[in-house]
Amino acid sequence: MPIELADRLRASDRAAVAEALNLIEDERPAQRESADLLLAELEGRDRDATDSSRAALRVGITGAPGAGKSSLIDALVRELRRTDCTVGIVAVDPSSQKSGGALLGDRLRVRSASNDPGVFLRSMAARDRLGGLSRTTRAAVEILAAAFDVVLVETVGVGQSEAEIVNLVHTLVFVAQPGTGDSVQFMKAGLIEMPDIFVVNKSDAGPAAERTQSELLGGLGLVDPKPGAWTPPALLASARDSVGIEAITQALFAHRESLEASDALTTRIDRGRTEWILASLTERYGSHGIETLGGREAVRQTLRAETKQAVPVLLRKLSGAIEAKLGG
Amino acid sequence: MTTPKKDRPWVIRTYSGHSSAAKSNELYRTNLAKGQTGLSVAFDLPTQTGYDSDHPLARGEVGKVGVPISHIDDMSTLFESIPLDQMNTSMTINATSNWLLALLISVAERQGVSPSVLKGTTQNDIIKEYLSRGTYVFPPEASVRMTADMIAYTVDAIPGWNPVNVCSYHLQEAGATPVQEIAYAMATALALLDAVAARDDVAPETIPRVFGRISFFLNSSIRFVEETCKCRAMTALWEEIGRNRYGITDAKLLRFRYGVQVNSLGLTEAQPENNAIRIALETLGVTLSKSARARAMQLPAWNEALGLPRPWDQQWSLRIQQILAYETDLLEYPDIFEGSIVIEERTAQLVQESRAELQKVLDMGGAVAAVENAYMKQQLVESHTRRVRDIESGEQMLVGVNAFTEGEESPLTAGGSQDSILSVDASAETEQIERLNAFRAKRSDAEVAGALQNLHDVVTSGGNALPPSIRAAKAGVTTGEWTDVLRKIFGEYRAPTGIVIRDTGEATGATSDVRKRVDDVSSEIGRRVKLLVGKPGLDGHSNGAEQIAVKARDVGMEVVYEGIRLTPAEVVASARDEGVHAIGLSILSGSHCVLVIDVLEGLKQAGIGHLPVIVGGIIPEDDAATLRAAGVRHVYTPRDYDLTRIMAEIIETIAEVHTSSDAPPAATAADSPNAH
Repeated sequence: MPIELADRLRASDRAAVAEALNLIEDERPAQRESADLLLAELEGRDRDATDSSRAALRVGITGAPGAGKSSLIDALVRELRRTDCTVGIVAVDPSSQKSGGALLGDRLRVRSASNDPGVFLRSMAARDRLGGLSRTTRAAVEILAAAFDVVLVETVGVGQSEAEIVNLVHTLVFVAQPGTGDSVQFMKAGLIEMPDIFVVNKSDAGPAAERTQSELLGGLGLVDPKPGAWTPPALLASARDSVGIEAITQALFAHRESLEASDALTTRIDRGRTEWILASLTERYGSHGIETLGGREAVRQTLRAETKQAVPVLLRKLSGAIEAKLGG
Repeated sequence: MTTPKKDRPWVIRTYSGHSSAAKSNELYRTNLAKGQTGLSVAFDLPTQTGYDSDHPLARGEVGKVGVPISHIDDMSTLFESIPLDQMNTSMTINATSNWLLALLISVAERQGVSPSVLKGTTQNDIIKEYLSRGTYVFPPEASVRMTADMIAYTVDAIPGWNPVNVCSYHLQEAGATPVQEIAYAMATALALLDAVAARDDVAPETIPRVFGRISFFLNSSIRFVEETCKCRAMTALWEEIGRNRYGITDAKLLRFRYGVQVNSLGLTEAQPENNAIRIALETLGVTLSKSARARAMQLPAWNEALGLPRPWDQQWSLRIQQILAYETDLLEYPDIFEGSIVIEERTAQLVQESRAELQKVLDMGGAVAAVENAYMKQQLVESHTRRVRDIESGEQMLVGVNAFTEGEESPLTAGGSQDSILSVDASAETEQIERLNAFRAKRSDAEVAGALQNLHDVVTSGGNALPPSIRAAKAGVTTGEWTDVLRKIFGEYRAPTGIVIRDTGEATGATSDVRKRVDDVSSEIGRRVKLLVGKPGLDGHSNGAEQIAVKARDVGMEVVYEGIRLTPAEVVASARDEGVHAIGLSILSGSHCVLVIDVLEGLKQAGIGHLPVIVGGIIPEDDAATLRAAGVRHVYTPRDYDLTRIMAEIIETIAEVHTSSDAPPAATAADSPNAH
């Protein structure tokens, strides 16, 4: 079944995409196992350079609440559709700590998602985060990447979410809102090294937007150069007025090309896998658990030797090893 | 003691229109013969949102909540044998108001009436559309510009026209407190006035006259003492703004002029005859104080929570006004609250609090900014949520609903819904489309194309949209064509919902029981229960859907809120793509049967026909039965005020559908050979 489902995904069958996303969110053991098989199948092919899922552009979009990420995504989608790229989106919203419920409002702003067969949007709640967000978000990216040309992942917040999302995507976009001090917070938190593209949205706000842009450029001057000689741009845009959107999509493709040209894409994918697995293990077993395997560097080395294996398989294997040590 | 001159009664109207221009014209003439003194035109939703009657989004909506007007011949039929120079005509039209006024002007000329003598009102308050009513089309700035065009045009060309009727009415329907109602209505008026004042084509010395043409449209709730104070407070605050912000000194121009429709939010489906009493009491708040008395009034019908009112039901509302104006001694006295310390104190308090709230909105950049950042919407949703909770808990008493529910069977509704409401003939839509096609066939395509190009050119070059709209009306352009030109220029817009941010979910008693059940069902079906909430069709009244979405989140569901103006196909695509366990649809325009059945069909075709569909709205019992027979799991109406109980029923339905053995597998893996 998972193999058949994977084939349907690669044929961009929307019903299959929906079905696969339901499967990876399902917490029941049998479904968890099937989900792992599906991901192993998708990722197995991912290691083969000729496979189409390899080609999907995976983009993370983060920024503080109110920065206009959904509206920007809507504008980006329209621009991408102009060039006939199909787009899969996963939009993550916070869950209520009290009830466990969530209000997922992204469909409201990404209007193209429900009436264009070339666009697919799945809203996801962040849940309690303990494995929930990172596991399902990661799996959702894999599924969408099998079916669409471009995958956009939207998460809220400045800080933790960049650190999580950066391992799932090839290109990380940070959306700053003018005049809110987002960018300063961002630099203080030491996160400025992560994004590959900065967008100052709401350029219609005038001088405040330009000020935020120069703050970011100033901060970027202090950062070590990125692999592939990529210099992160800080672009001004207005999702509201559809201004500067084309420049963003051009930057997305330019970044991808720069990664490919320098062979940094493979490095980035491998590092993303490794760091994601490490983060998941640390979250579940703590540093103590990692120590039982000889520490972070030892785990990294093990994983580097295992690039042919799918992530869920590796995660299960290492979890088993830790549990055996802890239990014994 | 001298007897003061008896005050002239307010303009007495009934908000009406349905089916077709010819049927509505007949209704208007009957109403005028019954002693109504002005007209209040209700347009159907396609006309309000700029679609021709044959557009896919118009399906099921043509002629439902008002009259369909697609072109000049429809408008001409609507006013046949009604001399426009002798009529005061109020049009509830917003996003497409410039177009409808252009049609009215053209029809006046056909009647041989000079447009300059037209009297009446275009509602034209786009801000409240974003906050409550939902018939906006363009983004806020473009909409405000269109409104300013109308104001700039009419101030000289039609001096007796009220180009804008700033609505606090819909804010109260959306849950606003009196302070919010006052502050946000004033903020709206200031946004429009400032936009006009900033224009090159309006001279500074014209601004006082512009100020004098701005009128208001208020609501009045059952708390009629406070409502009296609210009207007095608005009168005072408006004058203060005119003097201080715009430097106006002419007392006549400073006068706060307003019309009223009394509250529908508090009208109940249970024991609906009680509503006649509520409506009568609600009129007191806006008539008692002579210095702050309404200048025009229209009343809802006692049975509007059941469906569309019939002429007889509207007559009852007309009679309430006539009895108050002509039988009672109300109009014989000067202001009866003069010297009342109690009224003055409450009024002063409202002025003070509203002034502060208004300043808050102005500080964030005014009404347009406070729409875009969702501030006002969030405040309204919060107030409404409080109200719903208070009714659920019994803290706010509603006779016949959560108190004194025992009663005699009402002979008024004994015959079932067919005997107590109006049903719009299903042929209204097809006949309207036939007329539209015949109209299109006889016009000159070249003239139409020329007029549309002219409209495009004038609007893109920043000119006033009214003159090219009048040319378009005469050339035979249709409502959809006119709006499409502007859609291309301005783009379309979706307003923020105001429901996404705050987490108010303290669970008590029944709510925590439901929450527990949601947790359990979620575990059983493998992932957290997910619900799609949306509004198919053109009805934009989103308050009910928003309350459902908030409540579902509070009991622990993941809620995909998709908002308004969805086609059935979009609902189906969203349900599948989002992987929801159930779909909640809200429809208040009366088009529920057509739209919901289209959704059910679409779900089946998409292979997700097992998903339970739940419908809420103003749905007559006969229609509810039709919907249940078609497969809808629950139908909720205004009678069902207990949201916790609704949630309990929805979660049970989800449990039943998604855990039963004959349900389709939740995912492919259920039968995986590796499952163990």
